[in-house]
Amino acid sequence: MQELLLIAVGSAFVNNVVLSQFLGICPFLGVSKNVKTAAGMGGAVVFVITISSFVTGLIYKYILGNPNIMGGELAYLNTIVFILVIAALVQFVEMFLKKAMPPLYSALGVYLPLITTNCAVLGVALTNVQEGYGLLEGVVNGFATAAGFLVSIVLMAGIREKIEHNDITESFQGTPIVLVTAGLMAIAFFGFSGLI
Amino acid sequence: MSRCTERIFNGLVKENPTFVLMLGMCPTLAVTTSAINGIGMGLSTTAVLIMSNMLISMLRKIIPDSVRMPAFIVVVASFVTIVDFLLEGFAPDLYSSLGLYIPLIVVNCIILGRAESYASKNPVLPSVFDGVGMGLGFTIGLTSIGIVRELIGAGQIFGFQVMPDSYEPLTIFILAPGAFFVLACLVALQNKVKNNLARKGKKVPAAGCEEGCSSCASRGICGGHPTPPAEDENKSEKEEA
Repeated sequence: MQELLLIAVGSAFVNNVVLSQFLGICPFLGVSKNVKTAAGMGGAVVFVITISSFVTGLIYKYILGNPNIMGGELAYLNTIVFILVIAALVQFVEMFLKKAMPPLYSALGVYLPLITTNCAVLGVALTNVQEGYGLLEGVVNGFATAAGFLVSIVLMAGIREKIEHNDITESFQGTPIVLVTAGLMAIAFFGFSGLI
Repeated sequence: MSRCTERIFNGLVKENPTFVLMLGMCPTLAVTTSAINGIGMGLSTTAVLIMSNMLISMLRKIIPDSVRMPAFIVVVASFVTIVDFLLEGFAPDLYSSLGLYIPLIVVNCIILGRAESYASKNPVLPSVFDGVGMGLGFTIGLTSIGIVRELIGAGQIFGFQVMPDSYEPLTIFILAPGAFFVLACLVALQNKVKNNLARKGKKVPAAGCEEGCSSCASRGICGGHPTPPAEDENKSEKEEA
């Protein structure tokens, strides 16, 4: 239990996926204009990463890394298999939500196609294998990483809504000021590094 | 051959993926802690880009339109796996410092973007040179950001001490926040150049997705982009749905 908690805090705050691992920068910069869309994007990422770390964990445990199938030699296919599984999974989740849970779909659906190549999803799947996490640890790690993404993108959107009203030098308007803000947030997140 | 040299010029200057198109931001921020890492990442990406452009261009008449994305992804992922193993075998130091970001070349929007917008529509030779140009443009981008960060953050370039001993390195520049600050200054500089050009009434070179993601060929794969407003993206996605 304690170990799981350590993994969760570690991936959500200490090694925040955006601010210290630089995964998922594109949606972090692109979809953080207002808090509502940012929360939608973050929610969709939490949903997809949690499911995908479970599915890729299953595939690794029972097929690719299984010592009974070609002596576990199939692990070299990790990257190819994971990216295809994630792409298919996102499509499937989208179809399923549309059919079964229309309210959730209308909240998250727009963001789902954008997530396929969010590098955080593949990044989490590969980290789980590299760190040798089991199924449960992998899912916890995935959920916590995505929660870290949600926290940072919502914070960023909150700050950006305020920045809108500020007087910024012409050259720094738009992306540059957002990047400076992200840098300051990254410094703030260094504060968590003493936690573990 | 003029078409091929034009492709290289295009990748290096006119549509430089780092400085003009602002594509592939994740590796740009993550691995540029030193110049040598920048070169390593840039050349690995170049190798993948050239090979995938070549193969996709060869297969462009065979791959059916409806499954082209998964097909491209398989091609790119195969080459990434090869590069991953080559680096692990022949450059273990570089491999361990680039780590997770080597397999993540698969989701680098530059590669799928070039496959979609150039290689799948053009003959083999120009596609290869397109890969060379884009890859070298990316390498130069990463290396120069790496040089800046290494110089300020460690007082070194390519591991050689260049600053006098009295220089106190600003370590933050080789840590995560420094990446954001350097890139912010870079984009601000680019904005300044663009604004000056616009004021003089000259034609401003268009950035990659400046018109918003709706008109972009690689919209489905790049997963949202820093430059266009988020609303545009959502709108186009809604229309699609």
